[in-house]
Amino acid sequence: MKIKNCLAVLVTLFMASLPAQGQSKLNVITTTEDLAAIAREVGGDHTTVESIARGYQDPHFVEAKPSFILKLQKADMLILVGRDLEIGWLPPLIQQSRNSKVQVGADGYLDASLQVRILEIPQGQITRAEGDVHPLGNPHYWLDPENGKIIAREIFDKFAHFRPNDRAYFEQRLNDFVNRINDAAKRWVALMAPYKGTKVVTYHRSFPNFAERFGLNIVGYVEPKPGIPPTPQHTLDLINEMKKTNVKLVLVEPYFDLKTPNAIGRETGAEVLVMPPSVGGVKEVTDYFKLFDYDLNLLINAIKKISAK
Amino acid sequence: MNSRGITCTIIVLSVLCCNGFAQTPTAADLNALRAQLDAIKADYDKRIQALEMQVQALQTQVQTAPKPETAAVVPPGQPPAAEVPAGAQGAGGPTGALPVYGGVASSKVFNPDIAVIGDFLGAAGSNKVNPDPALELHESEAAFQAIVDPYARADFFISFGEQGVNLEEGYLTFPAIPGGLLVKVGKMRAAFGKINTLHNHVLPWTDRPLVTTQLVGGEDGINDAGLSVARLIPNPWIFLEATGQVFRGDSNDLFKSSKRGDVTYVGHLRGYQDITENTNIDLGVSFSRGHNAAGVVNDFDLGRFRTTLYGADATIRWRPLKRSIYHSFVGRSEFVWSRRGQPDGVQSALGYYFSGDYQFARRWFAGVRYDRSKRADDPSLVDKGQSAILTYWPSEFSQVRGHYRRTQYAVGPTANEFLMQFQFSIGAHGAHPF
Repeated sequence: MKIKNCLAVLVTLFMASLPAQGQSKLNVITTTEDLAAIAREVGGDHTTVESIARGYQDPHFVEAKPSFILKLQKADMLILVGRDLEIGWLPPLIQQSRNSKVQVGADGYLDASLQVRILEIPQGQITRAEGDVHPLGNPHYWLDPENGKIIAREIFDKFAHFRPNDRAYFEQRLNDFVNRINDAAKRWVALMAPYKGTKVVTYHRSFPNFAERFGLNIVGYVEPKPGIPPTPQHTLDLINEMKKTNVKLVLVEPYFDLKTPNAIGRETGAEVLVMPPSVGGVKEVTDYFKLFDYDLNLLINAIKKISAK
Repeated sequence: MNSRGITCTIIVLSVLCCNGFAQTPTAADLNALRAQLDAIKADYDKRIQALEMQVQALQTQVQTAPKPETAAVVPPGQPPAAEVPAGAQGAGGPTGALPVYGGVASSKVFNPDIAVIGDFLGAAGSNKVNPDPALELHESEAAFQAIVDPYARADFFISFGEQGVNLEEGYLTFPAIPGGLLVKVGKMRAAFGKINTLHNHVLPWTDRPLVTTQLVGGEDGINDAGLSVARLIPNPWIFLEATGQVFRGDSNDLFKSSKRGDVTYVGHLRGYQDITENTNIDLGVSFSRGHNAAGVVNDFDLGRFRTTLYGADATIRWRPLKRSIYHSFVGRSEFVWSRRGQPDGVQSALGYYFSGDYQFARRWFAGVRYDRSKRADDPSLVDKGQSAILTYWPSEFSQVRGHYRRTQYAVGPTANEFLMQFQFSIGAHGAHPF
């Protein structure tokens, strides 16, 4: 009898110690804070979401730190930007994660770029004479809220796959996110409507989707070619072009040096704006909506300031 | 075909009618006309076929190829697995849906990532003990890397040097084996310390430290065919990884196997911790043991001597995240203690280096290194070296390096050299070293 009781207690303890599969939170790792922000919108408190890169960090040059291996080791899902943005650091992390769920092509591996609108896909022969060109297109696609909705739907599909019991919860959150994005996008486009066609120069090719959605006209780049630092001749040519075409805005990502953009600003009278392309790029931008709110507010104030001169 | 037939008939009739008005045709004229018509028909057939092929090709491109600039490339709902990288089109690869088995292009889709890295060295100054050539293409490394199947990936690195071709590494990795193990099988650089695991092109110098040259097998180091198992050791504090490796037992002059059982063992324990988001520390201890060649006479290992190596390595890195592409610092040090059995007894030799590399601009790095090492077979001989290095990166894919090196050899005159290195990479974008 005693043995039976002991066995019963042991079995009960064992059962109690097992993780509650249906109730446990989905552990999601994303490569960037933008994807983390969208995943949080869909996943709510039924998921834990963490990003590897910080929003104020150049996402091309993240270090493959072993501490990230530990994060990936415990992940149920990995969401990446794709289009070779993370080519320099994500493959060794995945390989060393010892986690079959997040290996390339596994169920928990989600390349968020496969359904969205991708711009600047090189046509014809491409070589590195064009700089560190992304052969699969520009990876900064999250800067279009329409793409944000597509990413959210893809994330929802995966969440629902892994947690079918929570499907309705995720669906409700997805619909809510899409509705809020639709409302916000109308407002954002309306805000920018009077300034449609405003000419800008950007440091890196981070803003093509943003420019297309909100009607900016990108006429040049501070970098002569992607990934190549500014050269004196290119800077001179850019200054001349900006003077000729009356460009009064230079947009710079937070992780680039301001020396050359400021020099261009002084020569041309252009406003130099540090404009985050990512959630977390500045401390005020804590979610996907605030990213557009912040950037558009920055732009509109600068355009008004220029117009008032 | 109907339209072509009608067109030809009209042409024939027109020609015949026209000619009928002019004069009565002779048999020769008719034959000539027939020949001309045949030629015209053949010409038209060719042109129409060419046009049809062009139309088909254009239709395929419109349906499958990514649209330029402002066009959406992947419509919602398209199965991602059927996508072909757009860059492949420009590189002569396939477009559209994945080809059927046996298609000409299918081999290209599954080709491994290929890269070639060149390492060109120039040397000036004096070194009478261990002189490098004035100019040499020191190494050309070809890398082939791909996922084998859902369970494994393969990496091959073949180096072409002036001495010939060498399979630097070629191994299969099983990244997701149950039990949290990372298993590698093949020929690989052993996990002894830090420098032994690194290929030449990711070193912050033009050469390897004296401790590597004297105690850890030179440029190739401990590099052998074997099996590697690494496991993360769960703990609430730090990243801790233990690696155990067993090799055949042949690593250049360091280890020599004469029997099947003369394997070499390597063990490594690595601890890593982020101090802040900008700074981290990486510590390791290593062990290696195997037979050496000190007792080999006429291919028979009469002495059965062994070499045992103990190592400790430390790396501290600083890279401010917001300015990570402009500034960084890496400080490294490794200590190696060698105990080499040989006919005159076990020789104990210690060697080490300290180095620091500071990135002071986006493309510029400056570094220094101090070396000191006894020789494995005669610890009474001590070599010392000091280096200053300046590196310029035109881009992520090339670098130019100047390296001043002063070496005080235990035997022979002090060497003062200036080494110049050009490194360049073509092909697939590799992972950044960490």
